[in-house]
Amino acid sequence: MPTNTKGLLGEKLGMTQVFDENNRIVPVTVIKAGPCVVTQIRTPDKDGYSAVQLGFGAVDPRRVNKPEGGHFAKAGVTPRRYMVEVRTRDASSYEIGQELTVETFAAGTTVDVVGTSKGKGTAGVMKRHGFHGLGAGHGTQRKHRSPGSIGGCASPGRVFKGLKMAGRMGNVRTTTLSLTVHRVDVEKGLLLIKGAVPGPAGGLVLVRTAVKGGPIAEVSA
Amino acid sequence: MNTLDALDNESLRSDIPSFRPGDTLKVHVRVVEGTRSRIQIFQGVVIRRQGAGVRETFTVRKVSFGVGVERTFPVHTPVVDRIEIVTRGDVRRAKLYYLRDLRGKAAKIKEKREPAHR
Repeated sequence: MPTNTKGLLGEKLGMTQVFDENNRIVPVTVIKAGPCVVTQIRTPDKDGYSAVQLGFGAVDPRRVNKPEGGHFAKAGVTPRRYMVEVRTRDASSYEIGQELTVETFAAGTTVDVVGTSKGKGTAGVMKRHGFHGLGAGHGTQRKHRSPGSIGGCASPGRVFKGLKMAGRMGNVRTTTLSLTVHRVDVEKGLLLIKGAVPGPAGGLVLVRTAVKGGPIAEVSA
Repeated sequence: MNTLDALDNESLRSDIPSFRPGDTLKVHVRVVEGTRSRIQIFQGVVIRRQGAGVRETFTVRKVSFGVGVERTFPVHTPVVDRIEIVTRGDVRRAKLYYLRDLRGKAAKIKEKREPAHR
């Protein structure tokens, strides 16, 4: 984990393309990120770990129950719809009630984006696990997309646990690592991130400092 | 209006003349060589226009030293300095792929006759 992880919740607006300074086309995902508010700070003394808790998004006050409402009231902020905790060692540098905007991230930095992937429903092994299926010809009958053998016969006499089979696909938490922030639009609160991120347009995503690369190189140098 | 139209509008160019497949264009292309850039002209017939908005592209075909050359440009790319229309073509297709099989005079496109009134 990098020393100072920064995080921001946002809404994925969709993908488009922009031209960069070399007039090349850059495919970007547009994320309307923040403003997020710090609702709680976790400290090693009290909680056993160091993190900041962020709230994001408007919520109907009638939908907030008493325990949740109390938690927000303690932080002195209006209730938010989504909450997330970002583990970071510099949690003490944040203040409760502090507002975080897209300025958290600068253009050119690498980030990870966490989201919930699009649900695909029940999917076969070719789509779900990338199996190659059976042959198109050579006597294959009505089995072109089947997985083939799923194990031995009398020995072991059972199907191994965790074997890749057809089933529910998608709608799980997915992280895309090491994407580049192409541009930050402070005025509109937009992050333009190069490449695709998980989930549908309108989905909730967490943008945070990339866990891979960066500080490690400095340590070894 | 779509969500990202406001963002896309920043990339759109307003100085592009209206042209359609069959038209002959001079596309003034910015070419960067090392540190200096110059303008190169690519002249040919538009054989296709596809896509919409910021993603729209067009393809220009020319025959250079007996070899057919096709270049596809995004309509709104900053690489194109400007577009000059040489002639308006009279064609009955949106995609002029049939030109690839034709040579010489057969590949010539009739010029559009402007309507007398207007």
